[in-house]
Amino acid sequence: MAKLTIPSQELMYAGHSACPGCGPALSMRLLLKGLGPRTIVSVPACCWTVVDTPYPTTALKVGFLDNPIEATGASLSGLRAAADALGMKDVNIVGFAGDGGTVDIGLQALSGMLERRTNAIYVMYDNEAYMNTGIQRSGATPWGAWTTTTPVSGGHHGKPEPKKDIMAIVLAHHPVYAATINPSFPEDFVRKVERARDLVGPRFFHALTPCPPGWKFDSAQTIALGRLATDTGLFPLYEVVDGQLHITRKTGELKPVAEYLAAQSRFRHLTPADIEQIQGQVRADWQRLLQREREDLSRPH
Amino acid sequence: MVLKVLSGNYAQSYAALLARVQVISAYPITPQTSIVEKLAEFVATGELRAQFVEVESEHSALQVCISAAALGARTYTATSSQGLLLMHELVHWASGMRTPVVMGVVNRAVGPPWNIGADHTDSMSQRDTGWIQFYVESNQEVLDTVLEAFRLAEHPEVRLPAMVCEDAFYLSHTVEPVDVPDAATVDSFLPPRERHAVLVPGQAARLGSFTGPDHYVDFRREAADAMARVPKVFEEVEAEYERIFGRSHGGALPSYRTDGADAILVTMGTMTTTARSVVDELRAEGQKVGLAKLRLFRPFPEDAVRRLAASADRIGVADRAYTFGRMGPAATEVSAALYTAPRHPAVTSFLTGIGGRDVTPHEVRHLFETLLSSEEPKTHWLDLEEEGVKADG
Repeated sequence: MAKLTIPSQELMYAGHSACPGCGPALSMRLLLKGLGPRTIVSVPACCWTVVDTPYPTTALKVGFLDNPIEATGASLSGLRAAADALGMKDVNIVGFAGDGGTVDIGLQALSGMLERRTNAIYVMYDNEAYMNTGIQRSGATPWGAWTTTTPVSGGHHGKPEPKKDIMAIVLAHHPVYAATINPSFPEDFVRKVERARDLVGPRFFHALTPCPPGWKFDSAQTIALGRLATDTGLFPLYEVVDGQLHITRKTGELKPVAEYLAAQSRFRHLTPADIEQIQGQVRADWQRLLQREREDLSRPH
Repeated sequence: MVLKVLSGNYAQSYAALLARVQVISAYPITPQTSIVEKLAEFVATGELRAQFVEVESEHSALQVCISAAALGARTYTATSSQGLLLMHELVHWASGMRTPVVMGVVNRAVGPPWNIGADHTDSMSQRDTGWIQFYVESNQEVLDTVLEAFRLAEHPEVRLPAMVCEDAFYLSHTVEPVDVPDAATVDSFLPPRERHAVLVPGQAARLGSFTGPDHYVDFRREAADAMARVPKVFEEVEAEYERIFGRSHGGALPSYRTDGADAILVTMGTMTTTARSVVDELRAEGQKVGLAKLRLFRPFPEDAVRRLAASADRIGVADRAYTFGRMGPAATEVSAALYTAPRHPAVTSFLTGIGGRDVTPHEVRHLFETLLSSEEPKTHWLDLEEEGVKADG
């Protein structure tokens, strides 16, 4: 029987206020399992502001600092500077921010934090829209997706622009570590968190976190949908350590994206031609990723 | 003590050095830059053991200070004008979090049009954010007030952030002899920050949080009560400062020759020094005039302002700032304070020195003459080209 690799210690209480099937709630739980109790989490305005429950309670067994939506990167630099100034050793400084708070309004502070080599971990939990305010499109919303501000009516066909490539933006800053994570693959998730935890310097995670009310799917299907996101190639799992990319899940043939899209009502207006366009894009992106991995492996380091 | 020839900006830097700040974060903006350049030098040479976090905006600078303060560090930042305006959301955040950040503000005009001259409109626009605000008139007062600001901001009955505002160029880039106290004496006045209401690694706690209307008002009221305690705590802090360093700057509203004055001019910042000499001239000519300096603007020294009404029938308020559709911001405050005074002097609002205009003795004399004349109280915009009221006219 395979040995369980995920720490049994729970640093998140069950009494949080997330929706059923919430990907971000599951991600926080796994993240803290990987990091351990000596962790301070800085959280901007996002679903987790509310999920943690209102004053005077908290759902986490670690320190939690609120910061405005656009300031997470700067908050991490401040926390780390204070920890260093006060001689606090072995403390994980971690940001846990939504996609809007990262790829849109928080991009400047994130870039600043990466550029000044802040010794901290930034986690972007990506539910692909402004979910806490009620499903408005963000820069991380994928092409064609319905949101309340990219309606499907009067000739409009969901979001007309493609999703912003946050990993490419982050990698351009040469962090010591960057990875994609998916709570549907908890062993891979926690292993990466543990690996990042033990490194020094700026570290970044892009977590895909399904949102049942925002993506319009049955909340019992969060794990299955998350698995499809990776196994269709839409959200490949990889890590980049000191610039070397390594894909951490390969299953041979990619599943058709239509399976993933059909499971969510936010895509139900897509035509067969739309789906074929997405499929073509995913295939090309996957080939590019394989190519990058091959090049990195063959490069002396 | 050592007498050093320092600019107002360097007086800020030396005060932060003596306060043994642990985290500094700032973004360059004229005319603030030399404050943080000097601090960067102190850190580089090892004279100051602090983390200097260079950031990509003023917004991030203040967030760095807030987050560092949330973990228990003593923090300092400095900015001017547009930089302060960019910080605005976080200016509120710092007081809401009850983080005792101290910020040097080099008061500079707000654009457009671009102008780097002295003007209080930048920090006046932050007056409702829950920060303690000081306005000072000399480089010595800069240094002393920054040290007092740390003590006050971190005081267990206060725990609010504080700004020490100095006029661009008149102080920031003008050198004066400044008595720089020795580090050990400053340590006795300003011990390390107490660790209270801060995050501790390994312990569950949330700073910030969210609430419904039930608890929200409690948080706001607690901050308001803390602000209301500032005048008394500041009196104690200033008395102790005087006892240790033998120097005082006269509390929240230092007054000059106001006894039996018919007319009093209320000033802020550097124009006070000029106005003091004009009061002497006018007194010598037999005019019963006096002066009061709004050194502490937040919290507003309401009781001290009411006492100005004891003899004066006319009070003029010289704002180096403007509001639109209202008299000057300090004039508004003075008027409101006098409403409940036993006597009701007429209040005249002067908007002067805007955008770095010199406020000369000639101009101050003009203000007193206007005040003493039989004109109805109103708001006067001075220095306007078309009116021909020239600073050096």
